[in-house]
Amino acid sequence: MKRLLLSTLLPLAFPAWASEPSAQRQQQLSALLDQDCGSCHGMTRKGGLGSPLTMEAMRELGDEALVATILDGRPGTPMPPWKLMLSEADARWLVRRLKGETP
Amino acid sequence: MKTILSAALLLLLGACAPTLRATGDLGLVVERADGRLKMVENTHSTTLAEISGLGDLSHASVVYSRDERFAFVFGRDGGLTKIDMLQARIVGRVMQSGNSIGGAISQDGSLVAVANYTPGGVKVFDSDSLELVADIAAIGADGKSSKVVGLEDAPGNIFAFSLYDAGEIWLLDLKDRSSPKVRKFPHIGNQPYDALITEDGRYYMAGLFGEDGIAMLDLWNPDLGVRRILDHYGRGQEALPVYKMPHLEGWAASGNLAFLPAIGRHEVLVVDMTSWREVGRIAVAGQPVFAMLQPGGRRLWVNFAIPDNGKVQVIDVPSLSVLKTIEPGLAVLHLEFTPRGERVWLSARDSDQVTVWDTETITQVAALPASKPSGIFFTARAHRIGL
Repeated sequence: MKRLLLSTLLPLAFPAWASEPSAQRQQQLSALLDQDCGSCHGMTRKGGLGSPLTMEAMRELGDEALVATILDGRPGTPMPPWKLMLSEADARWLVRRLKGETP
Repeated sequence: MKTILSAALLLLLGACAPTLRATGDLGLVVERADGRLKMVENTHSTTLAEISGLGDLSHASVVYSRDERFAFVFGRDGGLTKIDMLQARIVGRVMQSGNSIGGAISQDGSLVAVANYTPGGVKVFDSDSLELVADIAAIGADGKSSKVVGLEDAPGNIFAFSLYDAGEIWLLDLKDRSSPKVRKFPHIGNQPYDALITEDGRYYMAGLFGEDGIAMLDLWNPDLGVRRILDHYGRGQEALPVYKMPHLEGWAASGNLAFLPAIGRHEVLVVDMTSWREVGRIAVAGQPVFAMLQPGGRRLWVNFAIPDNGKVQVIDVPSLSVLKTIEPGLAVLHLEFTPRGERVWLSARDSDQVTVWDTETITQVAALPASKPSGIFFTARAHRIGL
């Protein structure tokens, strides 16, 4: 019963899980984060031309704001909109990774 | 490890035994994810040694001492590391800031300067001892600390650089190292993001991200101030997204012409250096990052931002048209020509290899394994202004 409840409730509580990127896609996203985001934000995410993306800094910001920043960019800064290359599910997974919530 | 040791040993032995070694055909390949360098030689296209322990090498760059014996490596994490090219080892290292973006060596070779993001400014070190000579905080006219970009060496032991946040160009004069002098040019434009100095050391040019155009300072006539050229150079009305900041380093003249990577658009701009006007655009396969003239100026090699970073295009300069598109691997980050241009080395980050190409036939002649390679820097840079 408990298991049934969990499996029905979880997708509601975390809608992003419904469209979790595939294992292969996660690998691509992880490489993109390290290498391509790393070009501006540093491979250790301590910042560069772009602001720091440390776990502490990311945890201070809401998921929706971060997803929006990834997909739509930040006007007035070099941060481009990535929606041509990333889906919303991709962006949600990246936000979880940035906050240290993925394995 | 064994190969590293034996290579280092060979180099060492070379210094005292029958085979003497010079450094003119040596270079360093940055393995950005591992804080490691591969020492290579470009006569036979081989790897000689590995040097580890350099910290965060994302966006790392290298300059060389005038005798080509030593390399100075600028790491992202603020590390400045001095490498002995004959012994293939680290001979000096300072953590000089929290976050840096590159550097330059002075005309006389006695000083190495580093551009810093955090805290924003320029630090200058003695190239022998790595002792601090000058520490210049980049406080703009707005009173705020600014990230420093586009640090270049200019004739007269001057370093030129730009303040990204404040929109200024500064000249740091170190003719007398005991009393550094700073000359500031404020209001040069919005968000200078990179800069170059022309091969002759005369013009310092900063590309602007926040608006169109290039801010240019004539170092022969600094009293004339900074003027704006190429008003149409930039992101334009639509302000297209830019997936990797273009680099201006490859600027070189072929006759009257120079070439610039467009910002956001899939084009290379052709500039007439006598009038500083745009005289053409060449359609290319993606957003260009480096547009580098082959020594001699006959061909231009261009790499691209994600998602087109698996391609490199070769442009024929006389006809201003794309001659060939090659695919040297995944995520091509940088290219470096041999000193007289018969070969070009290309780093393919996601293929974990560096490939070497014959520039006349545009065919691959060698491949060297390297872990996540980014910048490639040959010692011939020692004798070029701005590199």
